[in-house]
Amino acid sequence: MHKTFISQNPSVLWFIALLGLFTLAVTVGSEAFGTGLISTSMVKTLGKTLCLCLIAIAMDVVWGYCGILSLGHFAFFGIGGYAIGMWLMYARTEGIVLSSLSGQAIPSTAQEISDAIGNQIFGVVGSSDFPWLWAFADNLFLQLLMVVVVPGLLALVFGWLAFRSRVTGVYLSILTQAMTLALSLWLFQNDSGLRGNNGLSGLQNIPGFEGSSQAAISLAFFLGSALALALGYLLFAWVVSGKMGSVVQGIRDNEARVRFLGYRVEGYKLFIFTLTAVVSGIAGALYYPQAGIINPAELAPIASIYLAVWVAIGGRGRLYGAVIGAAFVSLLSSWFTGGGAPAIDLGFYTILWTDWWLVLLGVSFVCVTLFFPKGIGGLFDYLVRKPS
Amino acid sequence: MNNTLLEVSGVSVSFDGFKAINSLSIQIAEPELRAIIGPNGAGKTTFMDIITGKTKPDEGVVIWGERNISLLGMSEADIANAGIGRKFQKPTVFEAQTVRQNLAMALKNPRGPLAVLLHRKTPGNAARIEAIAEEIGLSDSLPRIAGELSHGQKQWLEIGMLLAQEPRLLLVDEPAAGMTVEEREKTTDILKRAAQTRAVVVVEHDMEFVRRLGCKVTVLHEGSVLAEGSLDHVTSNPTVIEVYLGRGHA
Repeated sequence: MHKTFISQNPSVLWFIALLGLFTLAVTVGSEAFGTGLISTSMVKTLGKTLCLCLIAIAMDVVWGYCGILSLGHFAFFGIGGYAIGMWLMYARTEGIVLSSLSGQAIPSTAQEISDAIGNQIFGVVGSSDFPWLWAFADNLFLQLLMVVVVPGLLALVFGWLAFRSRVTGVYLSILTQAMTLALSLWLFQNDSGLRGNNGLSGLQNIPGFEGSSQAAISLAFFLGSALALALGYLLFAWVVSGKMGSVVQGIRDNEARVRFLGYRVEGYKLFIFTLTAVVSGIAGALYYPQAGIINPAELAPIASIYLAVWVAIGGRGRLYGAVIGAAFVSLLSSWFTGGGAPAIDLGFYTILWTDWWLVLLGVSFVCVTLFFPKGIGGLFDYLVRKPS
Repeated sequence: MNNTLLEVSGVSVSFDGFKAINSLSIQIAEPELRAIIGPNGAGKTTFMDIITGKTKPDEGVVIWGERNISLLGMSEADIANAGIGRKFQKPTVFEAQTVRQNLAMALKNPRGPLAVLLHRKTPGNAARIEAIAEEIGLSDSLPRIAGELSHGQKQWLEIGMLLAQEPRLLLVDEPAAGMTVEEREKTTDILKRAAQTRAVVVVEHDMEFVRRLGCKVTVLHEGSVLAEGSLDHVTSNPTVIEVYLGRGHA
């Protein structure tokens, strides 16, 4: 099966090969490897970019292939980040508390230890009790399970309600925006149990690896992100090839016709929506330990809109297009907003890119939509012209 | 009729007070070729919408098959799987996909997401696709993108997709629209052959095309049946001449 799958989708092989080469190059150049050509912060940026590429291909499948313009997939990304962040924060704080209490003559009771951990984590929002959300936070396995279960379940319930009522097009987009906004506003509250606007921090310190350098940890996460992207790419390429791909693209192009062919369109949309939400959750769980911090602003509606912009600029309806768009735009964005781009002095006005980058992005989005609807990825069509 | 496949009786539906269908009753046998004619707004397309589950009638019953199942509570997909295929007025094929992919999607096979995800190409399915392509005259076009086909070829592809579903009843909405004379002849042949083993209902404007079909004709007017019988029989009916032919459609 895989022989025919790969031979029918040569771009998959190309993508995996290029990703492998890129990963090898970054590994050899990293500080952890010893050469130090690439700084640890750069390794983190590249690792985070790979996670953004992963959610971008998920977005491409749900929008570019299935035609569901979800403007809420960053909610699933954020949930994945929060799920892993809870374990990271709990386990690290537990370690710190235990080591500080170990010097005492009288051993502390379990309740005292729990209170001390709670105080450390929730003192910032004026509490020391563990909310019910944190019930599994001491268990890495269960928290990893939450990374896929919570986004999957949310997508399943939300999608079932929306698709069953045949909400489509712009109305669905608005609903997904409302979903991510509601989630973000709830998280902003101090009594949400997730530290309000402080979010979860210190996530770059991995419990159990206190002896390892950040250089080594960053490289490990970079490699993990690369592996996740490769597997996600294979999974989605397989899903959108073959008959499933036919039906899904049929739904995008003419939903009613697919229905009259006897396919229950709702079931297919729900499958695609939920699968992509789960992958987004995994991408988020890999992203935030590299970012070090997650807060409710990450789930703001604008984040999901950027995601759609990346996919549109990269070229929707082709997985590598989404990867190109996410990598290109997000790296460019950090270059412009990070002060990398030189300011342009016009004499009467100085263009500061930290302010003007969004304008540039907006103009590029409009231009791509108007003049290159196939995006950057569409350029490959000129390179690999099929002989007609 | 004892071999009735579809029985529509006393069906009415109105949109904003306008009665699109007014206590309509039609019976279709299996096999049968039936033409439905009528002026614009007679309710031909609404009739198809009701049978295929797109529109819910205000009153009346639609009974299907030997076990007398009511189609009214069923979803479009369930009705399609029960054995009713529909061809739209405007050719609607999946233009971004190849002719082969279009036919493969329509081919009668399990329709669940899991079955479709794990679906593998089989020689049996390939042979069925080849046979249908032969029937609709698109054997050489199988690898082509459907969007590149001519208007007539798209119409045939859509009829082929209907055949691939292996329905017991085909509802065909204006199959000859925009076709050349030769294309029409070929379309008539395809429909006549299909009607040898199943029920085929053709909604058509064009009297010459209906004559070539040579079948029983039902005339619709203002949402109900005006006349039924052979083409010569209905066209000699004075009321039919007045409401339909008298307006210069003949």
